[in-house]
Amino acid sequence: MASLKSIKKRIVSVKNTRQITKAMKMVSAAKLRRAQENVVAARPYAKKLGEVLQSLTANLEGDLHPLLEKRESKKLLLIVLTSDRGLCGGFNSNLCKAGDRYIKEKKESYEQISVMTVGRKGYEFLKSRYTIYKNFPNVLAKPNYQTAAMLAQEVIDGFIAEEYDQVELLYNSFRTVMTQDITFQQMLPVITEESNISDETPVEFIYEPSVGELLAEILPKNIEVQIFKAMLETVAGEHGARMTAMDSASKNANEMIGKLTLQYNRARQAAITTELMEIISGSESIKG
Amino acid sequence: MAEKMRLEIVTPYKKVVDTEVDEVTATGKLGEFGVLPGHAPFLTSLKIGELAYKNNGLIEHMALNWGYFEIRDDKIIVLVETAETAAEIDVERAKAALGRAEEALKKLTSEDKQHKIYEAALERAIIRMQVAGKGIRK
Repeated sequence: MASLKSIKKRIVSVKNTRQITKAMKMVSAAKLRRAQENVVAARPYAKKLGEVLQSLTANLEGDLHPLLEKRESKKLLLIVLTSDRGLCGGFNSNLCKAGDRYIKEKKESYEQISVMTVGRKGYEFLKSRYTIYKNFPNVLAKPNYQTAAMLAQEVIDGFIAEEYDQVELLYNSFRTVMTQDITFQQMLPVITEESNISDETPVEFIYEPSVGELLAEILPKNIEVQIFKAMLETVAGEHGARMTAMDSASKNANEMIGKLTLQYNRARQAAITTELMEIISGSESIKG
Repeated sequence: MAEKMRLEIVTPYKKVVDTEVDEVTATGKLGEFGVLPGHAPFLTSLKIGELAYKNNGLIEHMALNWGYFEIRDDKIIVLVETAETAAEIDVERAKAALGRAEEALKKLTSEDKQHKIYEAALERAIIRMQVAGKGIRK
């Protein structure tokens, strides 16, 4: 049996760890709330913009804008959004593995697959496997619209310059605090859904300026918003995942402390018993 | 006139306005326009400018950064990057921004990339100050 002192030491160290995981959980919980609010706040904008785009492209004929152009898909760009920091369970690794699998699956059907990473963890995971086309670390610490716009510009420029023919976004979408869904989302070329709302008579819109000009403004905007939304969801998901991970870590620590305390008490009891035995046998021998 | 329109102003950060209105005027790309209930479906882009809506005789002014304006079945959706009510505008900050933008513009030629950015900043600052001066009027 381990000595009293060494058990005590372990208890203290586990308690310290618990302190840290508890603190991290609290911090994540607070950050999560804010991140969640941001996600919820951004949703209507993204949704409405999608609707506007929908109504614009519904009655559209021909390719009015380069971002709508469907080229033969030879070169794929996969944008992987991960967090910058770890200690959040399988949040990043699951996503990276999904990306890895996806690339392996698609390798046959594309001439070239490039990877762009946003967030440090994704970069670290994927850099050993693939050449990273571009990396943007530390943009998620404070997700703002400007960053998203900057990223969108990068993506759009590359697409127009035909560096790639198709762009997909891979990120953890935030469903609940406990669960994040790994999501693949095609960004470019913009998918124009056929207007399948047949029971609704198409509304004749007045456009000002022309449809083409409006599209030219809305399409890039839409990319920005999609990236922005994905960024927010990643941040919220990260905090959610970290909170859950830290919660279970704290629980494990509690369990560990319980076990160790039991062990400690047993050892103490054993020590006392031995001591008593010694005293008793000592006094017995004096009497005798 | 009992009819009203539903006005929603949404930015990426939050839904700023969600209310019933009688009348809306805004600055479109091709100039100022106004809509009343029963307007035909209409979609336009907005430039940096002012939006005013009237509700029960009360006019509220807002400063908008550029975005879109859609009306359909008496439902108005305004998607903008930023939207501030007169009360929210920090006049001091707008003034400072105006000064900065003017300074920068003096040094730059119109070909400079930065020129456009500062021009937009200048425009925003001017609009903000205009709107702040108006506030809510009867």
